Amino acid sequence: MIRHTALIHAALILLLTALPGLAQTLAQTPAQPAETPVESPEQIVAGLSHDDIDITTNFDGSEIIIYGAVKREIPIPEGEPLDVVVAVAGPSESVTVRHKERTLGIWINTGRVSVGAAPSFYVVASTRPLHLILSPEEDQRNRISVPLAMRSFAGPVEVEDAVPYTEALIRLREAEGLYRLDNGAVRLAEQTLFRADVRLPANLIEGAYSARIFLLRGGKVIDTFRAPIDVRKVGLERWLYRLALENPFAYGIMSLAIAIGAGWAASEAFRQFRRS
Amino acid sequence: MQIYLPIAEVAVNAFTLIGLGGVVGLMSGLFGVGGGFLITPLLFFIGIPPTIAVATGANQVVASSFSGVLAHVKRKAVDFRMGWVLLAGGLVGSSLGVILFNLLSRIGQVDLVVQLCYVIFLGLIGAMMLQESLRALRRTRVSGPIKPTRRHQHGWVHRWPLKMKFRVSGLYISAIPVLGVGAVVGVLGALMGVGGGFIMVPAMIYLLGMPTKVVIGTSLFQITFLSAYTTLMHAVSSNTVDVMLAVLLIVGGVVGAQIGTQWGARLRAEQLRILLALLVLAVCGKLALDLFLRPDELYSITPGLLK
Repeated sequence: MIRHTALIHAALILLLTALPGLAQTLAQTPAQPAETPVESPEQIVAGLSHDDIDITTNFDGSEIIIYGAVKREIPIPEGEPLDVVVAVAGPSESVTVRHKERTLGIWINTGRVSVGAAPSFYVVASTRPLHLILSPEEDQRNRISVPLAMRSFAGPVEVEDAVPYTEALIRLREAEGLYRLDNGAVRLAEQTLFRADVRLPANLIEGAYSARIFLLRGGKVIDTFRAPIDVRKVGLERWLYRLALENPFAYGIMSLAIAIGAGWAASEAFRQFRRS
Repeated sequence: MQIYLPIAEVAVNAFTLIGLGGVVGLMSGLFGVGGGFLITPLLFFIGIPPTIAVATGANQVVASSFSGVLAHVKRKAVDFRMGWVLLAGGLVGSSLGVILFNLLSRIGQVDLVVQLCYVIFLGLIGAMMLQESLRALRRTRVSGPIKPTRRHQHGWVHRWPLKMKFRVSGLYISAIPVLGVGAVVGVLGALMGVGGGFIMVPAMIYLLGMPTKVVIGTSLFQITFLSAYTTLMHAVSSNTVDVMLAVLLIVGGVVGAQIGTQWGARLRAEQLRILLALLVLAVCGKLALDLFLRPDELYSITPGLLK
């Protein structure tokens, strides 16, 4: 009898120690449809202060307020706290990054890397530092952090190491205020209400922008929300831009006429001025 | 006051641009240079994309040099005949320059060639002018204000065929060197994105032997047309002329050009040349430093893909 109990005991211990391992292997298997439910128990309900931005002649940047709440049918889950990440991206463009090196005493562009699509503007705002709340795999899948917002090298990469080039692209764009990582810029109250104020700089280009909101718990994205922001030139800005692209000859003639007219007007004005 | 530029797609301070135009206009009226060699680097510096800076710079040069020409016409200081012949050469040269520019950008090192061109030409011309005008100044100091010395009055350019009479300049010389000067300036102008006045003025004085007072008006006359041609080429082929930027630069520029012309009438020709020489050397020195010193940022971004 005693021997029997000891055996059961041993088996129990074995089972107990094995179980977490078993659970772990289960969790690591890639195909697990149960992990990505169609309906997340916590969902984003959000809005933007305005979903279009007009670039007028005196446009000097803009501020957009992204606000929302977490809708849930269950009580706030215990354990890992909720985090919110907001990413605002401008239209993507291809760019070439060049590197200078000293050759024969002078600084010459030697290497170059072409990036197929880099957003013209990219801001990531979050409740806490991104590396604490977002696992690298989830970042990779959703392309949230600044380096991942850039896609594909265009054509064959001619340089040995392209990393310094993409780093330089981010650094230069950050210096221009076009790329930004705002840790702590999203305010979250009671794990339910959140708000992010995103400043858009004056050197904005026209196009289709987008705001993405990610709800995170334990490093995982549990819900996403996406809203478009339309940035466009209006009035005189729009008219000149369209004329320059659609009828460049007329635009060129107009530019010259303005130049000649201004030159003549100044000359006349000074003559009058001298006479009086 | 911030203003958003529709083509450059950046917002800049309007007063900075007006001031910038004013300074360059002043140079233009004073020395008969279009000011392209000043405005283009200055626009880079305030963050205008290079292609737009070059094209819009050309547009601003049209206004300031036209304003200057009018002032010079009233003082009868423009040799129209000479101007037309120079322009004929200039248009051919400018077209060739654009082809050469495209060829270089396909090879890849267009920035370097442009920068080297600037350093070499500005350095040579600045040094030559400074040396010559200092000597001339010393001569007039010693023997009092005598009639201005004519250089190369019977030099090699005067022995070629196709002779033409340029009455305003008081010259009877072959049209070939005039066309040649126009063409060379046209090529360099297109390659360097400038009107070419800073090359044209010394070439007219030292190669063609024109009197300094006529040189400035005539140079402005041909620069007006040449940069108008360049502006149109840029607007049609690459949509890089920003008219809003141009207007702001022009507002400052035309006023500056008028003031410059007034000052120029009061200064002696030798003094004018010394000032221009110093200005040219200063720009040359700055560009040379950029080439030789380690830049703060070794990387740069260009929009679009390079083939």
